[in-house]
Amino acid sequence: MHAVVCIKQVPDTTEVRIDPVTGTLDRRGVPNIVNPEDLHALEAALEFRDRFGGRVTVLTMGPNFAASALRECLALGADEGILLTDRRFAAADTFATTYALWTAIQKIERERGPVDVVLTGRYALDGDTGQVGPGLARRLKVPLLSYVTAVESVDFQARRIVVRRHVEGATVTLESRLPAVLTCSADLNRVRYAPLPALLAAQEAEVTTWTVDDVGADPEQCGLKGSPTIVSKSFVPEPRAGSCRFFEGEPETAAAALVDFLIEQEKIPGFELAGAKEA
Amino acid sequence: MPKNVNLDEWRGIWVYAEQRRGEVSPVTWELVGAARRLADAVDTYVAVVLIGDGVGRYAEQAFAFGADKAFVAEHPELAEFRTEVYGRLVVDLVLERKPEIFLLPATTQGRDLASTVATDLACGLTADTTQLEMDVEKRMLLATRPTFGGQQLATITSARWRPQMATVRPKVMPRPEPVPGRTGEVIRLEVGDVGADAPTRVLRVVEESNESRILDEADVIVAAGRGIGSKANLYLVEELAEALGGQVAGSRPVCDAGWLPKARQIGQTGITVRPKLYVAVGISGAIQHVVGMMQSGTIVAINADPKAPIFQVAHVGIVGDLFKVVPALTQAVRQRGRRAVLETVGG
Ligand SMILES: Cc1cc2nc3c(=O)[nH]c(=O)nc-3n(C[C@H](O)[C@H](O)[C@H](O)COP(=O)(O)OP(=O)(O)OC[C@H]3O[C@@H](n4cnc5c(N)ncnc54)[C@H](O)[C@@H]3O)c2cc1C
Ligand SMILES: Cc1cc2nc3c(=O)[nH]c(=O)nc-3n(C[C@H](O)[C@H](O)[C@H](O)COP(=O)(O)OP(=O)(O)OC[C@H]3O[C@@H](n4cnc5c(N)ncnc54)[C@H](O)[C@@H]3O)c2cc1C
Repeated sequence: MHAVVCIKQVPDTTEVRIDPVTGTLDRRGVPNIVNPEDLHALEAALEFRDRFGGRVTVLTMGPNFAASALRECLALGADEGILLTDRRFAAADTFATTYALWTAIQKIERERGPVDVVLTGRYALDGDTGQVGPGLARRLKVPLLSYVTAVESVDFQARRIVVRRHVEGATVTLESRLPAVLTCSADLNRVRYAPLPALLAAQEAEVTTWTVDDVGADPEQCGLKGSPTIVSKSFVPEPRAGSCRFFEGEPETAAAALVDFLIEQEKIPGFELAGAKEA
Repeated sequence: MPKNVNLDEWRGIWVYAEQRRGEVSPVTWELVGAARRLADAVDTYVAVVLIGDGVGRYAEQAFAFGADKAFVAEHPELAEFRTEVYGRLVVDLVLERKPEIFLLPATTQGRDLASTVATDLACGLTADTTQLEMDVEKRMLLATRPTFGGQQLATITSARWRPQMATVRPKVMPRPEPVPGRTGEVIRLEVGDVGADAPTRVLRVVEESNESRILDEADVIVAAGRGIGSKANLYLVEELAEALGGQVAGSRPVCDAGWLPKARQIGQTGITVRPKLYVAVGISGAIQHVVGMMQSGTIVAINADPKAPIFQVAHVGIVGDLFKVVPALTQAVRQRGRRAVLETVGG
């Protein structure tokens, strides 16, 4: 069994800002973490390896310091961490991101052996498009199993998997061929803790670093250049400040005045002011 | 670079009609309304793409809501949505007919399909938009979406690629008034032995108790925030909701604490609602909450803190202790309600 887990390093707080001039993300001074759902994707891969043996490769595209996210995954038990990093990968939209990840997965297959399953999170906290998993499945020409909340059964020999997916108002059980891309939600499993010695050891652990040239990607299809979408403007939502109508006084007085106001303005469905019909 | 050079070949604005278990989702009509507005600005047509088993009957409704054309693909193999199967149909159709804009709902189905299709078409896809405008001169879609937990809005464009794709959140665009008798053209698609070699198979669909649909359809929602203090105090909002004929919902901390089921959480990681009346009780108004309710008709806020950001989105408010204000509101509504009913009965 060979699983590739795609992880993204994301800013930990909501204190992130977008540079108003470039429209890109300003991450200065913000602590970074592994995108929470990606840890569930990793856990799923580790559980496959616990049961069937094999290999778990963790892949991320990001700046140099994203190596720390890979080390966290190594501490949890991943066999190898691969960092795709190159200036030419920067400012990729989801289309260019999936292109880069796809070229890297092809190299992994060439050099580390066939990949049986690719796992991602459902959404990343920051970009939050949920588009990378589906896009990657399409690039790899394998089925997409998204919003996975449970793996009912898996057989890597027979190349077959049955998962439960959570969609609006329903749970869908889907059978699929392998290889496939799974996008994982937090309900899928409980993430294990890294033992302290492993955490310490991982601080020094080597991660594999690949550039655009290493994976043989076309620079024209990478990063900003390869992105069909651009952030043309970013701005802070305008508050509707000052337009709130306040009702004051004792709670009973204020409440009564507010309710009367709403009824007069016909804001409460099904309620009408006494006599309003005749007027 | 797979960029479409001849932009003039691409005309028309399309909407993917999401169907679940044979029923077209209401968000479809919201998108048709948005598409109509964009299409009128650049003088082009609106089409819906209906895929499923027996969904052709929805074409008339699409026309009533403002579509000019309906592409219909029907087959028993298409009964349940499957990304690969639907994706192939949509990609072929887009390449044949060349729409300039293609809108899909930002639902699990819409997102999967949109991303799959955009990858094949090598075009730009903006996620989860809440606002759609048109740069008429360039026929360029300006798709605005909240990012970083809604703290920022970003307007995303894809000027030189076609189609310009976007997923749009449910309940954000107003649902248009249907015009009965408005007609259009139905174009039936040859689907062949679709799905025969599909890599996936749906084994089971288990529908859930309809918590979120209940909120979807509610005209009035009373939502409790952390200010409510404990589960035992929830009766306060329940009574107010009952008096108003509405439903109870909560902010994330309230649902995280298990005071209300997760399906009742409003906001970025919960659901988006658009009731006629939304009463926020002891909710501070964090942007992640606000994005889920800001489209409500009238927003009422009850909060002890006059500086709480909820008052920036509220239309009416009372600054005060919810433990006093909410019972007073319930009382007032009950009195008025009774009066309204008595008048009706008496008259
Ligand atoms: C303000 C703003 C708005 C944006 N809006 C759009 C938009 O509308 N459309 C668009 O195409 N792009 C958009 N982007 C770009 C997008 O955020 C990036 O392409 C990002 O690298 C991937 O998208 P995501 O964060 O949405 O990932 P998601 O698709 O939400 O992530 C899902 C999963 O994919 C995997 N994954 C994602 N990124 C990586 C990575 N770098 N390395 C390894 N695995 C990864 C992870 O497993 C993750 O859990 C926007 C960027 C900004 C700054
Ligand atoms: C990625 C991300 C996603 C998120 N998604 C969501 C989401 O989907 N939905 C959501 O709601 N949140 C979400 N959040 C959390 C959000 O940021 C806020 O933390 C949350 O909305 C706060 O909930 P609250 O208003 O109930 O609580 P608080 O912020 O603690 O506010 C409580 C309010 O009650 C008032 N109050 C206290 N006592 C009284 C009293 N006796 N009388 C009157 N008023 C009183 C206080 O003045 C205060 O304003 C998300 C956060 C992140 C980072």
